[in-house]
Amino acid sequence: MKTVHEFTTELPRWSPYITPVKLSEATPEQLDAMKVTPSNKSVSDYVLVLAHDPESLAQRSPLFNAIMYGNDGLSRAERELGAVGASVVNRCVYCAAVHASRYNQLTKQTDVVERIFQNGANAKLEKHEQAIFDFAVKLSQTPPAITADDIVNLRAIGLSELEIVDLVLSTAIFGWANRLMHTLGEPVKAAS
Amino acid sequence: MSNVNIIEELAGVRLGSPLAQTLLARVDIMKLSQASYDAIIRPREPGGLSHAERSALAARMARQNADETLAEHYMGKLQEACADPKLNEPILPGEVANYGKRLNAIVRHMDLLTREPKEATRADITALKDAGISEPDIVRLSELAAFVNYQVRVIAGLKMLKGMLG
Repeated sequence: MKTVHEFTTELPRWSPYITPVKLSEATPEQLDAMKVTPSNKSVSDYVLVLAHDPESLAQRSPLFNAIMYGNDGLSRAERELGAVGASVVNRCVYCAAVHASRYNQLTKQTDVVERIFQNGANAKLEKHEQAIFDFAVKLSQTPPAITADDIVNLRAIGLSELEIVDLVLSTAIFGWANRLMHTLGEPVKAAS
Repeated sequence: MSNVNIIEELAGVRLGSPLAQTLLARVDIMKLSQASYDAIIRPREPGGLSHAERSALAARMARQNADETLAEHYMGKLQEACADPKLNEPILPGEVANYGKRLNAIVRHMDLLTREPKEATRADITALKDAGISEPDIVRLSELAAFVNYQVRVIAGLKMLKGMLG
């Protein structure tokens, strides 16, 4: 198994450091948290690892989906850009691969992601993407480093209050996801 | 699940304010965030990580994120949880050596996940296992660090927006 250390849009496989829960031995609470039903028995190793704590998994999955795939407000692509900003700061190569790929699919371009993968948090982008990416990068620092100017920049590119709230949420939920995905396992080169 | 929403409360979002109005469109997300708080800070099944330890560690992580209001909130929760007297003080950086093998390992890992998650490797999980921490408890600890770092950032973002919107 070859660990993937560099940012890429080629989707790696996630290899856990923790023994995943065995589906055949899962408790009813774990099955419920994993959303396993008779018609849906495909569960990733990632979810099987998180099933060790079913109480939090049961809340986090719907929270993640509501933040990333909600209907109105910030566009899907811009939420993905927030996710990528966080994942670059926290160097979650797996999260970055998944969400940079989605960003590319949604925007039908690869230029933004290429620049981010090349220059990381210092990437130079067009004004619109720059304001969103910089906000996500600063919010992802410890302690968070956003200032009033960053909000002014988001307003200047036309984001509404609700859209800014959505950017805060989509960045923050990757402050969560990165701290699981990057620390409980590693990305390995997928078998071709 | 309680009716309070700790994120909005600690961000100082006033009822009826412009930001409170905006957040009505995200009431589902605020409720799920609160349900996550309940599941992670005071779970029904805490495993090997007591409510008191969770609050003490959360206070430490909030402080490392320069959020004193959130740190104070968790210190209050710690007192409610009738902590081990040793945990009645926030666990401060530099005091790590004083807590025994298990807690030293836990504190070290929480610090890593809060400050430099990018530096985490397989060896850090091995260190927790070597300190006798079970795999389910390692997942619980990771969720705790991950959640508090989420909460800190939502509060930081809302505070900044509130400053501009009222």
